[in-house]
Amino acid sequence: MAQNQTICALATPPGVGAIGVIRVSGPETFPIVQKLFRGKNLAEQPGHTIHFGTIRDEHNEIVDEVLVSVFKAPHSYTKEDSVEISCHASGFIIQKILRLLLKNGCRMAQNGEYTQRAFLNGQLDLAQAEAVADLIASDSEASHRAAIHQIRGGFSKDIAQLREQLIHFASMIELELDFGEEDVEFADRDQLRRLITEICLALRPLIDSFELGNVLKEGVPVAIVGPPNAGKSTLLNALLNEEKAIVTDIAGTTRDVIEDVLILDGIKFRILDTAGIRETSDKVEAIGVERSLAAMEKADIILKLSSADVADPAFETLFAERMGSSDRVISIRTKADLPENEGVGADLILSAATGEGIDALRDALVTRARGQRTGDTVVTNLRHYEHLTATDAALERALRGLDSGITQDWLAMDIRQALHHLGEITGQITTDDLLEVIFSKFCIGK
Amino acid sequence: MFREYDVIVVGAGHAGCEAAHAAATMGSRVLLITMNMQTIAQMSCNPAMGGVAKGQIVREVDALGGMSGIISDKTMIQFRMLNRSKGPAMWSPRCQSDRVRFAEEWRLALEQNLNVDFWQEMVSGLLVEEGKAVGVVTQLGIEIRAKAVVLTNGTFLNGLIHIGEKQFGGGRTAERAATGITEQLVRLGFEAGRMKTGTPPRVDARSLDFSKMEEQKGDEQPGKFSYLDTPVLAEQRSCWITYTNEEVHSILRTGFDKSPMFAGRIKGLGPRYCPSVEDKINRFADKDRHQIFVEPEGWNTVEVYVNGFSTSLPEDVQYEALRRIPGFENVRMFRPGYAIEYDFFPPTQLKSTLETKLVDNLFFAGQINGTTGYEEAACQGLMAGINAHNNAHEKAPFVLHRSEAYIGVLVDDLINKGTEEPYRMFTSRAEYRTLLRQDNADLRLTEKAYALGLASQERYDRVVRKKEQTAELVGLLKKHKVAPEEVNPSLENQQSAQLREKTTLYHLLKRPELDMPKLRELSPSVAEALASFTDEIQEQAEINVKYEDYMERERLQVEKLERLENLSINPGFDYEKLTALSKESRQKLSRIRPETLGQASRISGVSPSDISILMVHLGR
Repeated sequence: MAQNQTICALATPPGVGAIGVIRVSGPETFPIVQKLFRGKNLAEQPGHTIHFGTIRDEHNEIVDEVLVSVFKAPHSYTKEDSVEISCHASGFIIQKILRLLLKNGCRMAQNGEYTQRAFLNGQLDLAQAEAVADLIASDSEASHRAAIHQIRGGFSKDIAQLREQLIHFASMIELELDFGEEDVEFADRDQLRRLITEICLALRPLIDSFELGNVLKEGVPVAIVGPPNAGKSTLLNALLNEEKAIVTDIAGTTRDVIEDVLILDGIKFRILDTAGIRETSDKVEAIGVERSLAAMEKADIILKLSSADVADPAFETLFAERMGSSDRVISIRTKADLPENEGVGADLILSAATGEGIDALRDALVTRARGQRTGDTVVTNLRHYEHLTATDAALERALRGLDSGITQDWLAMDIRQALHHLGEITGQITTDDLLEVIFSKFCIGK
Repeated sequence: MFREYDVIVVGAGHAGCEAAHAAATMGSRVLLITMNMQTIAQMSCNPAMGGVAKGQIVREVDALGGMSGIISDKTMIQFRMLNRSKGPAMWSPRCQSDRVRFAEEWRLALEQNLNVDFWQEMVSGLLVEEGKAVGVVTQLGIEIRAKAVVLTNGTFLNGLIHIGEKQFGGGRTAERAATGITEQLVRLGFEAGRMKTGTPPRVDARSLDFSKMEEQKGDEQPGKFSYLDTPVLAEQRSCWITYTNEEVHSILRTGFDKSPMFAGRIKGLGPRYCPSVEDKINRFADKDRHQIFVEPEGWNTVEVYVNGFSTSLPEDVQYEALRRIPGFENVRMFRPGYAIEYDFFPPTQLKSTLETKLVDNLFFAGQINGTTGYEEAACQGLMAGINAHNNAHEKAPFVLHRSEAYIGVLVDDLINKGTEEPYRMFTSRAEYRTLLRQDNADLRLTEKAYALGLASQERYDRVVRKKEQTAELVGLLKKHKVAPEEVNPSLENQQSAQLREKTTLYHLLKRPELDMPKLRELSPSVAEALASFTDEIQEQAEINVKYEDYMERERLQVEKLERLENLSINPGFDYEKLTALSKESRQKLSRIRPETLGQASRISGVSPSDISILMVHLGR
C-alpha cells in the first residue's frame, strides 16, 4: 500500500453532463497540478478556496478553462493535500487532463482508494467508511439519505446508546461474579430481564431496517402478474417509457422475468415483468410460469392485472391460492378503453394505450413504498446486519438462560458475546471498561 | 566462595520461592538470596490463600507442579469454596492459613530440594555484560555469577512506610528496604514507577468480644487446592464479621489532615479494589457502614488480622476508631496498620516469558511488575523460574495463552497493557472464563508441565486416569437408560418432570434441577452403576454433560480469536511510517513490539480501527 503516492481520478460519472470533476490527492498534489495549471500558485492559496485558470498541455496549448478547489492537509476528505479540478465534461478533455496528470507523476486511483485513505488517515471510522462505499453505489435519493445518515454517525450513535446500557448490565453481572463475597447489593433479575428485553426491542427495528436498507439500495421489487395478454408488458413499457419487454399479441410471448429499474420521487423500484401465469402443458412455458410465481412471492408490491377480454378463472384460482388476500397486492383493471371493463371493482383502472391511470399508478407505488419505511436509522451494510443479528441472538440466549435459571458464569458469557458483536460495529469494550464501571460505582475491597 | 549458578533468585516471597523451586526441580542449580532467612515465604498481608480468580490460579500453579497448593493444604486452618451457587466456572477455593506454619512449610520444601542453595544478604546490583545479566553483586561486594537472574523484590525496592505523618524506610514493618537495584536498572534504561499498598492493624483476640460478631465457619466438607493427596482439614477455625459505623467514620475523619494519602505525601497509586478504610469513607460517603472481616492468624496464636480496615492514619486515630467497632470495645492493638510505597517496573518492558526486553537473562516476577496478591506473585515466579531454567539451558520459552490459563491472561495483560494500579486477577479479565475452571486446571496444564520436567510422573498419571474415567462415565451416562416406572417416583420427589418413555441418564443430567447426587438417588440400579466413580470424576462428567453446548460455543470463540493470534508481525515493522495510526498507538506499538496481531489488539490505546489499518498493511 503506497500511501505516499499521489492519485487522481474522475470523480463524476463518465458520460454526458455539463461539468466533470477530477480529484487529485496525495503529498505531491500541488507541484503536479501546478505543472498543468496557469493561474495562481495553488500551494500558496488557503484551503477551501476556488481558483479560475487554464490547463495547458506539453505544448502550452489550452486544454480547457477550469475551476480548481484547493484542500490543504489535514482538512480534506482524505486528510491529504488535494484538489478538485472542475472542467467541461467532454470525454476528450477529461481524458487529456487525466493523461497530463499521469505524465506528471500521478497514478490512477483504484476503486474506493479515496475512501480507503480517509479511513486509513483516521478521517472515518469503519462504519462510516462502509457507508461511503454504499453512498458511492447509491443511485436513488432514499438510498442516498440512508448512506448520509450513517456517515454523520447516526447509526453509530444509536448503537452507542445500546452499548451503554449493555455495559451497565454486564458490569452488574461481573460484580456478582468477582465480588460476590463483598458487601454489595446486586441488581435483581427482573430488572435485568427488563433491560435485555428493552435492548432487544431497540435492536429489532435496526435489524429489520436492513431489509428496508437493502430495498433502498437494491430497489423495491414490484411484480406485475396477470393472465396472458392482460397487458403486463404494455404496462411496463408505459411505466418505463421505453420498449424493454417484448410486446406481441400472441399469448405467452414473455417467458422470462424481465427486470427494469424505475425511480419515482427518489425511490428506486425494480419492476419484474412476469410470464403469463396460467395452466400450461408446454414445458418451457411451465418453467416461466413457475418463475413468475416465485418472483411474485418475493415482491414487495404486486400489481395484479385483469381484463374482461382475457378473463381466466384458472389464473384467479392459482393467484388466490398463492397470495390469498395479501396487502401487497394492487389490483388493476387494464384496457380501460374496452367497454366491457367499465364499472368493475379494482384498486385502479388504467389504459396503457391511452395513458389513462398511469400517473395514479405511479402515485400508488410511491405511497406504498413510503409506507414501508420505519425508524430513522437504516442498516444497509451486510457486516453490520450480521453483527446486529448475532448480538440479538446472544441476548436471546441470555434471556432464555435467565428464565431457566442458568448460573451467572454462562449468562455472563452470552452478555459478553453480545458486547463483542456490538463492538465489531462501534469499537470493542474491554474487561477493563467493565471493571472501571464497577470500581466507580461500588465500594469494593476489604 | 560461590560456584556459577544456573539461576539466581533474588527475594524469597511467594514469587521467589516458586521460581527457585521450579528451576531447581527442572534441574537448575539455584541460589536463593534473601535479606532475612527467617522471613522466607512470609505472608505480608492477610493470612489467606485463594479466593475468586486467585483460587483458580493456585490450582493452576499446582497443576503445573508448583508448591503453593500443597503448602496451603498443609497449613490451612479453614477452607471455603466460594461462589458455589454461581456455576462451575466461578467456584473458587479459598483458605485461611496459619501464617507461621505456611512460612515454615515453604522453607522445609525448599531445604529438601538439593538443587537450592541459600544466601542471606541484600543484593545491591546486577552484573550485566554486553546486554546480558550474568549475576549479582551483594552489599558485602560479593559477585555471584549465574546464567539467569530472577528479581522478585516485592515491596522492598526503596520501600517507604507511612503511618500518619511519620514515614521511614522499610520493606515490611520491622524489615529494612532494599536499595541500589532500581537506580542501576534506571541507568540501564528501564522505566521505573511507584506503587502503594497498605495493611490493617493486627490486634489481640483476647481483647475481642466475638459474641457481638457474626461467625463465618468453614465448609462442612472442606476441599483443598492440590490435585495430589494432601491432607483434608479435620477441624477448622472460624472467621468473624462485624461492621464499621458512623461513629467509627467520624473518628477516622479527624485524622484525615494527617493522612499521608490525602496530604499528598504518598505519590504511588494504590489498588482501587483494596482501598484503605479512609479511602472507602471518602469515596463512598453515602455508605453508612463497611464490612470488617476478622481473620485468625493461626491455630495457636491470639493475633488477629482486621481485614477491611487497611489504613495509614496515625496510630492513635486507628486505635480510637477500632474501639467503636462492635466487639472491639476493649481492643488491644499489636501493631498499627500502615501504607507502603515501593518501586515497580512497568511490565510492558517484559517479554511473554517475563524476561526483560532490555537485558537478556534477566527476569522479573511479582510486585516488581506492578501486581498485588500472593497468588499473582506465585504464578509469575513459577513462570519466571521455568523460563529462567529454559533460558539457561537453551530450551524453548514456555508461554501460556489466554485461553489456556489465568496465568496466561495475567502475563498477557501485564506485558501488553501494563498497569496503573497494583494488578489483581479477576475472573472478568479472562475472556474464556468458562474454560478456565478450578476443576480442570490439571487437565489444561499438567501434561505441559510434565513435558517440561516440572510436574511429576504421579501428577501425569492422575491426569491421564481422570481423562479416561471421565470419558468412561460420560459414555455410560449416554448408554444407561432408565424406565419411567423405575425413576418416576424419585423424579416427583425432586420436582422434576415425569418420564413417559425410557430415557438416558445423560438427558436427565441436562435438566437444570438435577445433578449427580440426585441421579444416584433415582434408583438403586443407577446408584450401583455410578458407584465405582470417584466424586471428582462424577463432578467432571456432570460439568461436561450439563454445559457442553456453552463450552462448545466458547471453544468456537477461542478458535476465531486464534486466527488473529496467528497473524504474526515482523519484529522490525516500522510503525512510525503508518501515519494512519494514532500517535499514541504508534508509540505504544513501537515500544511494546507485539509478536502477533492478536497481541497488538490487546494493547491499551490501540483501537479496533488501528487493527484494521494494520491488517490492511500486513496485506490481510
